[in-house]
Amino acid sequence: MKQFFTVVAFILLTIGFFAGYSNFGIPQIEPAPPPKEEKLDLGSMTMDQFIALGDRIFQGKGTCTLCHNSLGRAPMLGTIAEVFPKRLKDERYKGEAEDLEAYLVESLVEPSAFVVAGFGKKGTNDAESPMPNVSGGSIGLSEAEVAAVVAYLQDQAGAEVTVEIPTDVDAAEEEEEAETREALADPKAIMAQFTCDACHMINGAGGEVGPDLSKVGAAYDRDYLRRALLQPNAEIAKGFEADMMPDDLGEQMFVTELEVLLDFLVELK
Amino acid sequence: MTGPRAFRKAPALALFGLIFALLALTFTGFDQLGPLASEQAAAEQVVAADAAVAAPYAPAPKLTAADYPTIAGVNSRVAVWIFAQLHLWFAAFVLAVPIFVFIIEIIGMRTRDKRYDDMAYEFIKVSITAYSLTAILGGSLLFFLILFYPHLFGYLSTIFSESMFYYALLFFAESAVLYIYYYGWHWLQGGIRKWIHLGLGLSLNVVGTCLMLLANSWLTFMMSPAGVDAAGVFGGDTWAAMNNFLWHPINIHRFVANIAYGGSIVGAYAAFKFLTAGSQEERAHYDWMGYNANFIAICALLPLPFAGYYLAAEMYLYSQQMGITLMGGIFAWLFIIQAVLIGTLFLSANYYLWCGMGRSDGAKRYTKYIKYIAIVLVGAFLVWFTPHTLVLTNEELKALGGPHHKILGPLGIMPAKNTAVNVMIIFTALSFMFYRRANKVATVSWVNAGNAIQVALFTAGILNIMFLGIYHGYFTNTVYKVAASIPQVLTTVVVIVGSITLDSFIYKNSKEVAPLHWGRIPGRAMYALFLLAVAFTWLMGLMGYIRSGIRQHWHVLDIMRDGSVDAFTPTLGFAANVVSVAAIIFMAMVIFVFWIAQVSSNKTLPSGYWKE
Repeated sequence: MKQFFTVVAFILLTIGFFAGYSNFGIPQIEPAPPPKEEKLDLGSMTMDQFIALGDRIFQGKGTCTLCHNSLGRAPMLGTIAEVFPKRLKDERYKGEAEDLEAYLVESLVEPSAFVVAGFGKKGTNDAESPMPNVSGGSIGLSEAEVAAVVAYLQDQAGAEVTVEIPTDVDAAEEEEEAETREALADPKAIMAQFTCDACHMINGAGGEVGPDLSKVGAAYDRDYLRRALLQPNAEIAKGFEADMMPDDLGEQMFVTELEVLLDFLVELK
Repeated sequence: MTGPRAFRKAPALALFGLIFALLALTFTGFDQLGPLASEQAAAEQVVAADAAVAAPYAPAPKLTAADYPTIAGVNSRVAVWIFAQLHLWFAAFVLAVPIFVFIIEIIGMRTRDKRYDDMAYEFIKVSITAYSLTAILGGSLLFFLILFYPHLFGYLSTIFSESMFYYALLFFAESAVLYIYYYGWHWLQGGIRKWIHLGLGLSLNVVGTCLMLLANSWLTFMMSPAGVDAAGVFGGDTWAAMNNFLWHPINIHRFVANIAYGGSIVGAYAAFKFLTAGSQEERAHYDWMGYNANFIAICALLPLPFAGYYLAAEMYLYSQQMGITLMGGIFAWLFIIQAVLIGTLFLSANYYLWCGMGRSDGAKRYTKYIKYIAIVLVGAFLVWFTPHTLVLTNEELKALGGPHHKILGPLGIMPAKNTAVNVMIIFTALSFMFYRRANKVATVSWVNAGNAIQVALFTAGILNIMFLGIYHGYFTNTVYKVAASIPQVLTTVVVIVGSITLDSFIYKNSKEVAPLHWGRIPGRAMYALFLLAVAFTWLMGLMGYIRSGIRQHWHVLDIMRDGSVDAFTPTLGFAANVVSVAAIIFMAMVIFVFWIAQVSSNKTLPSGYWKE
């Protein structure tokens, strides 16, 4: 019996070690929640806001940066305005686009229309793109979202933004599918909504990527904090890097939420 | 053949006839029973396009949280997860055991060595209770799926109704063949009877493999759906849905992994029997059994990383997005845990071999090399263990100059991992060769030349693997980094096959140093076998989590969205805890299986009970 219990203890210890290592030996990353439809108030959107929306989709929901990054998995898009005419004349081109906007839309929804040499699916001799159609499947961008990404890409490439902000989106359908969000009144709920604590620490809780906010009200006034929220790269705190904080909070927050958050921050002393 | 004997065979033959009749019906006439029988008959009269329009299948349902029943406060995802995992562990075990039992039986038949036959019987005896548990757990899993995920099960069963029916029939066939194979073991001995028994063993494996293939097609359909349109409308061709992109990569990976896993579990059985053996004879028997089980596990373990790599490469090929999420996204840290487990597997398998060299009086010639093999294995393990992208604070990020270390960073990517695992495999093969040589003295005149060729083969192979890894790891861009994998694998195969072939010629007609002392092995070596079994179990659970989790918030990728409150991907820690709880339950059930196998051979003399 002693032998039996020794073996059982050994098995439990081994499993305990594997579980312990998985819990405490490696960072616990909370995967992003499933994507939701964003509320698109296209009617009141300026072109800058529309381009900013395209930027957000490019970095987030569109999952474009998984491949279009410096690791070389997919072509970089900064020079697209210069290279696209040559591609349209290429004998391998199977699409129907005649200008940059149409080419970009085509590349997003029909990626195999033209595959840049060396970036095709393995074994297809660059005839088939590994990129999915972004309007279907797990990405599922709407027509308006595709247009926003195209506007962003045109802007990034230094080309004239020819995309028009869609106005004929079926309002009823939009209303039905959109995620509606009420303005939050609790500062902590607002911080949770915009995941501020992932980077900022308050009274010992939170991340360390951004400055500690525990006594931020003692050091800065309301105007400074407002600017820090709306234009985070305007002034970077010593020891921290630029471009770490999202610069579109002004577009994502309700005005009342911004004020509630500022009320809360100035009181942190 | 005498009359009574023929009479005794009649029930078995009748059962056989029934099984084959069912199988024949399955493969020939079943179309008549399918839900589309009338449509198919009509389809002969109309053109194919019209038939397609008439397809009665609905698109994949769009679900909300309200579509998932809540029952008794049970977390439906965790419940299904645990039962699926338990079912899979037992299924892997009961599918694997008949494969090597069949091979061992053939070895026994060829060598006329009864020990092999006895061992094969003991292996199958251990798996017989596990077979019942597999069925119970499979049934429970089915109930849980129907209860907690009725719409998902409904959608899948619409597509796979035919193959599910075949599955049920095959399950009957599997049970019947298994019971005749096991209970008829001592009856079907000698001459033609042994051949019949062997035929049953082969049938058992064929039916078991078919069962696995069918079940695999359902789960791979959820990962790489085929035979349906973008809305999930089934086109009516079951084969198209079954023969989806990831079916065969999973089939190959599971087939190899099952054998390794089955070997490790029966190895644990032998280890426990060795530790509790009452006599030297018994110790020798279970030592020999443990050695064979470990040999089976290692033989399957060596190609397993390649099968896994092939599966991952195919996932990447199917969906680049899925591939990146798997290897470079949220699951990337899981592969660091995997590295710990693979390291555990290789180290424990090697450690057992090294301890086993104590059985031979001639092993002293090789023990001085063991420490170098150990150093290389640990080094390779550490390379595999190195993460690529680190989660860092801002200060750490600045101090390091980026998320990757300049020199050690490339150790985190595939060329380095592939190099490490190939080196691990080659040195494990070397350990095995030393073990094999330990008790032999070569008699051929060219022994020194043969040894020199082997040293050259190993050196050239390792240098080639290192060169490929370093070149592709440090001097090419991302697109070409995986290009090293195929030549590295081929190098490993050439080294192992070449050296073992050469070794067999060198040691042809060799002399034994002394008879092997079976049973002369320290008890701690048995714990290496337990470690192997536990690490395998836990690793399978972990990889099951990633295989399923890679679909993220989709029941059927890009076709049927998970609308439940559990649609999010859990953290690795949570997944590890679920796997650990399931592994403990599984181990408790395995101990029960072992105990039952032991109880079945215990006898109590009822003295004074019966009337004399």
